[in-house]
Amino acid sequence: MKDILQELDNRRDVARKGGGDKRIEAQHGKGKLTARERIELLLDEGSFEEFDMFKTHRCTDFGMEQQKPYGDGVVTGWGTINGRMVYVFSQDFTVFGGSLSETHAEKICKVMDMAVQNGAPVIGLNDSGGARIQEGVASLAGYADVFQRNIMASGVVPQISVIMGPCAGGAVYSPAMTDFIFMVKDTSYMFVTGPDVVKTVTNEVVTAEELGGASTHTKKSSVADGAFENDVEAMAEVRRLVDFLPLNNREKPPVRPFFDAPDRLDESLDTLVPDNPNTPYDMHELILKVADEGDFYEIQADFAKNIVTGFIRIEGQSVGVVANQPMVLAGCLDIDSSRKAARFVRFCDAFEIPILTFVDVPGFLPGTSQEYGGVIKHGAKLLFAYGEATVPKVTVITRKAYGGAYDVMASKHLRGDFNYAWPTAEIAVMGAKGATEIIHRADLGDPDKIAAHTKNYEDRFANPFVAAERGFIDEVIMPHSTRKRVARAFASLRNKKLQNPWKKHDNIPL
Amino acid sequence: MFKKILIANRGEIACRVIKTARKMGIATVAIYSDADRNALHVQMADEAVHIGPPPANQSYIVIGNVMRAIKETGAEAVHPGYGFLSENSKFAEALEEAGVAFIGPPKGAIEAMGDKITSKKIAQDAKVSTVPGYMGLIEDADEAVKISNEIGYPVMIKASAGGGGKGMRIAWNDEEAREGFQSSKNEAASSFGDDRIFIEKFVTQPRHIEIQVLCDNHGNGIYLGERECSIQRRNQKVVEEAPSPFLDEATRKAMGEQAVALAKAVGYSSAGTVEFIVDGQKNFYFLEMNTRLQVEHPVTELITGVDLVEQMIRVADGEKLALAQKDVKLNGWAIENRLYAEDPYRGFLPSIGRLTQYNPPEEVVEPGHIVRNDTGVYDGGEISMYYDPMIAKLCTWAPSREEAIEHMRNALDAFEIEGIGHNLPFLSAVMDHPRFISGDITTAFIAEEYPDGFAGVELPESTLRRIAAACAAMHRVAEIRRTRVSGRMDNHERRVGSDWVVSLQGESFPVTIAADHDGSTVTFEDGTRHRVTGDWTPGKSLADMVVDGEPLVLKVGKISGGFRIRSRGADLKVHVRTSRQTELAALMPEKLPPDTSKMLLCPMPGLIVKVDVEVGQEVQEGQALCTVEAMKMENILRAEKKAIVSKINAGPGDSLAVDDVIMEFE
Repeated sequence: MKDILQELDNRRDVARKGGGDKRIEAQHGKGKLTARERIELLLDEGSFEEFDMFKTHRCTDFGMEQQKPYGDGVVTGWGTINGRMVYVFSQDFTVFGGSLSETHAEKICKVMDMAVQNGAPVIGLNDSGGARIQEGVASLAGYADVFQRNIMASGVVPQISVIMGPCAGGAVYSPAMTDFIFMVKDTSYMFVTGPDVVKTVTNEVVTAEELGGASTHTKKSSVADGAFENDVEAMAEVRRLVDFLPLNNREKPPVRPFFDAPDRLDESLDTLVPDNPNTPYDMHELILKVADEGDFYEIQADFAKNIVTGFIRIEGQSVGVVANQPMVLAGCLDIDSSRKAARFVRFCDAFEIPILTFVDVPGFLPGTSQEYGGVIKHGAKLLFAYGEATVPKVTVITRKAYGGAYDVMASKHLRGDFNYAWPTAEIAVMGAKGATEIIHRADLGDPDKIAAHTKNYEDRFANPFVAAERGFIDEVIMPHSTRKRVARAFASLRNKKLQNPWKKHDNIPL
Repeated sequence: MFKKILIANRGEIACRVIKTARKMGIATVAIYSDADRNALHVQMADEAVHIGPPPANQSYIVIGNVMRAIKETGAEAVHPGYGFLSENSKFAEALEEAGVAFIGPPKGAIEAMGDKITSKKIAQDAKVSTVPGYMGLIEDADEAVKISNEIGYPVMIKASAGGGGKGMRIAWNDEEAREGFQSSKNEAASSFGDDRIFIEKFVTQPRHIEIQVLCDNHGNGIYLGERECSIQRRNQKVVEEAPSPFLDEATRKAMGEQAVALAKAVGYSSAGTVEFIVDGQKNFYFLEMNTRLQVEHPVTELITGVDLVEQMIRVADGEKLALAQKDVKLNGWAIENRLYAEDPYRGFLPSIGRLTQYNPPEEVVEPGHIVRNDTGVYDGGEISMYYDPMIAKLCTWAPSREEAIEHMRNALDAFEIEGIGHNLPFLSAVMDHPRFISGDITTAFIAEEYPDGFAGVELPESTLRRIAAACAAMHRVAEIRRTRVSGRMDNHERRVGSDWVVSLQGESFPVTIAADHDGSTVTFEDGTRHRVTGDWTPGKSLADMVVDGEPLVLKVGKISGGFRIRSRGADLKVHVRTSRQTELAALMPEKLPPDTSKMLLCPMPGLIVKVDVEVGQEVQEGQALCTVEAMKMENILRAEKKAIVSKINAGPGDSLAVDDVIMEFE
């Protein structure tokens, strides 16, 4: 009897070794951890429950039947992050380079099915050379099986991908359909076709890092939502993100005890908006000072910096923040910022996370590159996302809210629940100078008259009170009381119920 | 007494004067430029008058504008603070004509002391010790040796037309005097076309020690002890203290009496300061007299209990001094640290902008412990490019120097300033410097101890352990809170363990925490224990901890998976992990910061207005590379050495952040 029990231990030891000591050492040599070490860091100590530890591939071509390592290059199972359940799969580069076989895909599909059924997030740690070429179309079928599950799980449970090594070819499309993609700097890359093929087809010479490294995808392509220094930091930060997210779309966002008074006043906010309307200021300061404990988890921090997106907590509850950033392009909306914010708003709405919007927007960015790029449709994405969102929506206009961009930024007209403005707000069709030049075109030759008209326009419209007179602004608030007012607004919306008409799905302008 | 006074100044000194005036029941008028519309002194004063655009030469020092403000408000007297119009005899004259009292000395005294040569002559006549020297023409080397002997070695041989160390020699004996005279003369002739030479006493181990005097209009004058201001950076005072750790009672008395004699010789009234240079043998020589309130006057106030501003106002109102010399008792020790908006890690480059956080330590007045902070800014306020970059003057007082320094260390640790670069870490480093602690300082202290600038502080292991213990306890609190999130699996909650490894400053300390209802006991591997208590909760930016009964104040910031801890001048990344996490973290490659020696980095946030070079071009040392506009100022960035431009990353119109790479070199 003892021998039989011993046999299990022996087999487990073999399975846990993955591709063996030499390959583990090689993995460490590249500055990467193994699939199991990553899971250890991701999950609460001792909470990991593994599935399919002894699963092996069924391929008999090219001598594959000679090597049938346990687990087949991916470690799957579930565990907890701060006591909350998550499902995880972690590709093992030490086994066949983490390549995806039919059975490898089956293991991933199993945890995804369970995640959807049991309502818990899926976290994929990607470190794979790609398809298991020996298996041919069976491997491609495996990818597609995973894709279909990514699609079905979308909007049901949060899906997080961490790219921790190579991720190329068809493999990229599974992470691409998840809610968040994170990368590890210097050790991960993602592309549809690699540098060699690029050179053959287009004659472009490019390194893997330039083509699909963390910097490319966080700054240029916006494929990735963030990048971390190394595996250890990446796992710690994914844990931190999971703490903000509900487990599934039927649950309220998580709440945890907080050590920051909801009625905390911050006098320094009274001087945040500079005297000169053209002087920028850092919107991050407002976000950090309104958030519980100054804790902000920024999403896509390095892309389209003219809009800031991310998660904070207010009274311990997760809130998604969208904020124009006057420091970059004066905080205007453009193609990139509209896309970035639209996707974020839709994630929040899908998972019942309330949305807080800070507005300082001079309008949409003009120019041929924007028009040719389709800013009309991209801008409409953000408008659509805000308009369809049924979660609690609180908006604070700090300074400019001009033109169509005013409408877009979670205005009252798009079912904003609480629309506040600071006394420094200017809600108008456009800035005073531009407006005067149109209204008083006849006086354009007379600078004195134009100056007088401009002053007149400023006095009349460069304030929040015209909008407040019409009820488009619920209340003009003091900057120093923003946290208190926002916290009370969200508190009052805890039982908000709003439903859109039945539809199969909408037709957002993709 | 006056009913209303105007303060012809801004910043902390304006606020300082307003406080005393308010205490005396006198109404106050502030003046302000466009840049100071929201300044603290404007908020504090009973009335405020706008006097012009931001540059001081168009506002604060325009006599006409200030006079107009006086007229408009009916102020009966003016306190000039320091700087600006404080030592301007024309201003004193204008006030006299307008029949408004000047809270400062008579204009004759300002004039007499305003000129270096005249003041030295008056000092000599008043039997004040001056640096011995020979100002006349020196014929030859023999005469130079003779004069040197009269003065007494060491002497400094200087070119009359000299500057920047050129044509300057120090001689310790006859031979060196002979040689030095000849070489100075030659160098002076070739460098300046003027070979006139003079000789004066070379002061070794110089200290800057100054005497505070206070005189009335009735011929009374007293001295209020000295201030040691030897900790200077490029002639800018950084740390001051009173008394001096160097003077004995006899020297103090001699200096004080000479200072009063000088003041009387020029018919001085009000508060003034006589500056001396003191050598290693306690010989002291007159430097100059400042006919105003000094920046560092609070240390004198703290050890004498005299409110100098109040005394100045009373004297200006014609009162007799209520204090005689025998009433002046020096009590305890006071230290002042000047907080400047200068980034010590960037060669003390001025840093301006919004104070996103300004939270000074609590002011304390209790037996054996005083903390005083004189400032002109507030949370959310601004450090303007137009004026002095001083943020605050932090002073502590205690019965002994040692205790005053310790209070200062803790007060600096508790001082939160964010948004701009500042010299807090440097001040902390000075307060912990063994040479400063010993009191063995000279005016060369900073130049000698920080010859290559300031690169941060390495903490000793004893301090690291205290910080490690505190961080372990803080981490435990933060982790337990994380486990209280909603949505967890019942009966399968995460349990936070008691064994941790704290990594900081390249060292790792395995510890075990035992928490009880008032704190934690943290046990290190070698069995040593630290008792940690404190009020820290997650998110608090200041941890007021007590480790083994001693206060430990930490500024706590967030970094991925840990804390950024600032304390005692150090800026640490602290990670608290389980032993397994530590083991895995050790496998992570250490990423060296990129080598920036071949890059031109943007020194400040700004806009590129011009790029002067192109790729492939060879540039010479000092050649202009590009121009960055920041806060309306154009800054020309120049090549540090000869190089070839290999890449240009930014062009005109690009807006850059600090440390963005503008161009690279081969």
